[in-house]
Amino acid sequence: MYHSYWDWNVGKKIIADLSQWRKTFEWVEEPYVSPDGETIAAIVKPEDLKFSVCANGELWENYFDKIWYLRFKPNNSLVALVSKDSRWTVAVAGQTWENGYDFVWDTRFSKDGKRITVAAVNENKYFAVTDGSPWEQTYPSLSNLTVSDDGRNAAAVVQSILFNSGEIFKFQQGCYTAAVNGKAWGTNFLNIWDMSFSPDGQHLAAEVRKTLYDYTIVVDGQPWDKNFLSVWKPKFNPKDGSVTAPVKVRGGWALARNGEIFWDERFLQLWHHQYSADGKNIAAIVAPRFGQWTIAVNGRPWPVTFNNLVTDLVVSPDGRRIACAAKSDGQWYIAADGQCWDNGFDMVWAPVFSPDSRHIAVKVEKDGRFFVVIDGNPLKMDFTAAWDPIFSPDSEKIMIKGIGCDGNESQYCRHILNLYD
Amino acid sequence: MTKQSPANIATIPDEGIDKGGQRLTTDQITRVISRHLEEEGGARLKIYMETCVHCGLCSDACHFYLSNDHDPKFSPAGKVKQALAPIIRKKGRVSVDFIKKASEIAFTECNLCRRCVMYCPFGINIAYLMLFIRRICHKLGVVPQYIQDTAHSHSATMNQMWVKEDEWIDTLHWQEDEARDEIENLRIPLEKEGADIFYSVIGPEPKFRAQLIYQAAVIMNAAGMDWTMPATSGWDNSDMCMYTGDEEMVARLKKVHFEAAMRLKTKRIVMGECGHAFRSVHDVGNRYLGWKMSPLSVIHAIEFYYELFRDRKLRVRQKYSIPVTLHDPCNVVRGGGLHELARYVIHETCSRFVEMHPNREHNYCCGAGGGVINCGPPYTKKRESSSKVKADQLADAMARGAKVIIAPCHNCHSGLEDTVKHYGLDMEIKFLGDIIYECIYK
Repeated sequence: MYHSYWDWNVGKKIIADLSQWRKTFEWVEEPYVSPDGETIAAIVKPEDLKFSVCANGELWENYFDKIWYLRFKPNNSLVALVSKDSRWTVAVAGQTWENGYDFVWDTRFSKDGKRITVAAVNENKYFAVTDGSPWEQTYPSLSNLTVSDDGRNAAAVVQSILFNSGEIFKFQQGCYTAAVNGKAWGTNFLNIWDMSFSPDGQHLAAEVRKTLYDYTIVVDGQPWDKNFLSVWKPKFNPKDGSVTAPVKVRGGWALARNGEIFWDERFLQLWHHQYSADGKNIAAIVAPRFGQWTIAVNGRPWPVTFNNLVTDLVVSPDGRRIACAAKSDGQWYIAADGQCWDNGFDMVWAPVFSPDSRHIAVKVEKDGRFFVVIDGNPLKMDFTAAWDPIFSPDSEKIMIKGIGCDGNESQYCRHILNLYD
Repeated sequence: MTKQSPANIATIPDEGIDKGGQRLTTDQITRVISRHLEEEGGARLKIYMETCVHCGLCSDACHFYLSNDHDPKFSPAGKVKQALAPIIRKKGRVSVDFIKKASEIAFTECNLCRRCVMYCPFGINIAYLMLFIRRICHKLGVVPQYIQDTAHSHSATMNQMWVKEDEWIDTLHWQEDEARDEIENLRIPLEKEGADIFYSVIGPEPKFRAQLIYQAAVIMNAAGMDWTMPATSGWDNSDMCMYTGDEEMVARLKKVHFEAAMRLKTKRIVMGECGHAFRSVHDVGNRYLGWKMSPLSVIHAIEFYYELFRDRKLRVRQKYSIPVTLHDPCNVVRGGGLHELARYVIHETCSRFVEMHPNREHNYCCGAGGGVINCGPPYTKKRESSSKVKADQLADAMARGAKVIIAPCHNCHSGLEDTVKHYGLDMEIKFLGDIIYECIYK
């Protein structure tokens, strides 16, 4: 990735003072910060009925009638969905794609940030657009846009057969399919929901309902032999290409692989499973009992449970460690390696592992202030707003990005800290 | 075929029931029901069915019974006797015509309002039993057409009105633009991660009542709330699958709803003025998924408005002067205990309040809830004639001066509109949000 090119010199860098923006513009939306921490940007209104983006105090050259979904790509460039004269398109660093559409939404980036895909519609015809190139095929509806890791392949759930309102029996024959790069699978289903590409982007798996009662997983248009009472999102094993998915069977939820039950254990709930990079370990969020939530690794649940929820399951780069956000009795916690860290918070974001997997950092919120917790210990820095921390490629340093440190409540700074000081 | 009496034959043509029934055989019915009784007909069903002593106390609690000349076939126990008891007694060996009639009873002659539960000496939950029948009808594919279509919409779009992803976002943009004509720089914040409040609504709001989103935005803005709405699925908190018996879809819908709020790292979900959605999010769907309570704090608009006035976040410019009465929606009052909070909000915003009688948890159902109105035009007349007791209750409130009915629930709104029109009552129906929007400093 790009991390090694970033400035990892220890110290604080003042990037922008947002109080100046608020004096300059009557409208300043919530800011976004680039992954490298070098840029902070927000949608602003420089003129009456005209919007633009302010990045580090500099305005985009172009003004628009409307702007929404401002986000940084993983490679630090700034993207927004923009409208001028009722035509919508994508603007990258202020420069729009050549073509405009009736509407665009659901921005997706490739992992390296080089490719952008959005859903689009023109005259009630739906399609996806990657880097300005629309699909050749269009559909009466499109949802659940999904892109491969490299961003070269895009898929979506599309309507393949038209039906009128109230035609319930026609609907039940199956009127939806998936389209990959515009081309529809030959098979139709009652419903298709969440989909996953294989790591190489060559295969697509999806959760489907074949009848009102029969759920299964479909890979490249081919359903598994077996049906289930319900299913959740499938995932590809990164090494052997097999597909696993949580499936509901009599007795509870289990993990299935290529249509066969794979984990012997049954859970009251099982979802959001993740693979280690080597494909050898699988972790999932599970409820071993009603109202008790935890993580199961290779089918074995952690001893610690939470009575509200578990979310944001993250697997370490070496595949040996698992961390998650959890909530019990109304308080948010961080749990890692089967243990809950001590402090409770008002909100916890997704844990971030260091590249060597030794450290975990997490953005948290308490009493309206934002902090970063590293390996269970809160840093003695608090912010009015903060973004996810990032470790340096050598795992020796950490970047903390926040507004309002050191007494200046409107100053955005990036801080590089040495982990071992 | 089992011989049927005329009373056991469905009387109202409905493609969902008629065509669905045509695909069935008695053997198939027996097989599906037997399996269902074995898998889902546990102790609760057995206790309820064996405890009822047919005392009839539930009858006078039911607006269907009261509105239909005390016809015993509309009494709660009578409906169970007609539609469920033979299924259990015959271990599922019932005819196609029986299933069609059972579907009509369970879907269109009970609002699942649970008023009868309060009057049953044993607390038998008739709504549970009616839902048990509906679940059987779902598994047999004999569900009224209109509500089945809505369930299909839920499955295909994750909302009940076939609203496409872009149409939802576009509606929010449109309402934001409209609102800015009134309040400069008003914003409907989309996808704002870390906002305090995740505001969710039901499908008909963007489709038919977009002004409610406008009004909510004005109220949020006036109160200085940090809020957001998702640009993804999960914005619709409603759930007609809960009423068609498609529990697997209920779980999927609630997962999408809660996970949208979790993804945006919001601290609590504030729901618009809908009753059945509150039941689904707060009580039913969360539990299908394995959550004992809601994983995130969930509050209905009534409680939210109460908080805003209690904490002096909203200031009343001028109280609403037209006399109002309050219809207590079943799902947020009997099901959620919000009746006093609703009255608090009314006293804050209205200068004259007329109680309707009975009220609070004893209030009569609007006649629309429980998915009954969603069964569509074939049943409108039956629904209207079965709301006579409601009309009498409203007329009494009107005679004592009430001109406006506040109904903080979408289904109640629609049902009361039909009742008011059918019985010629000169009353207007409003949401609490309508009143607040009209009264506050913006």
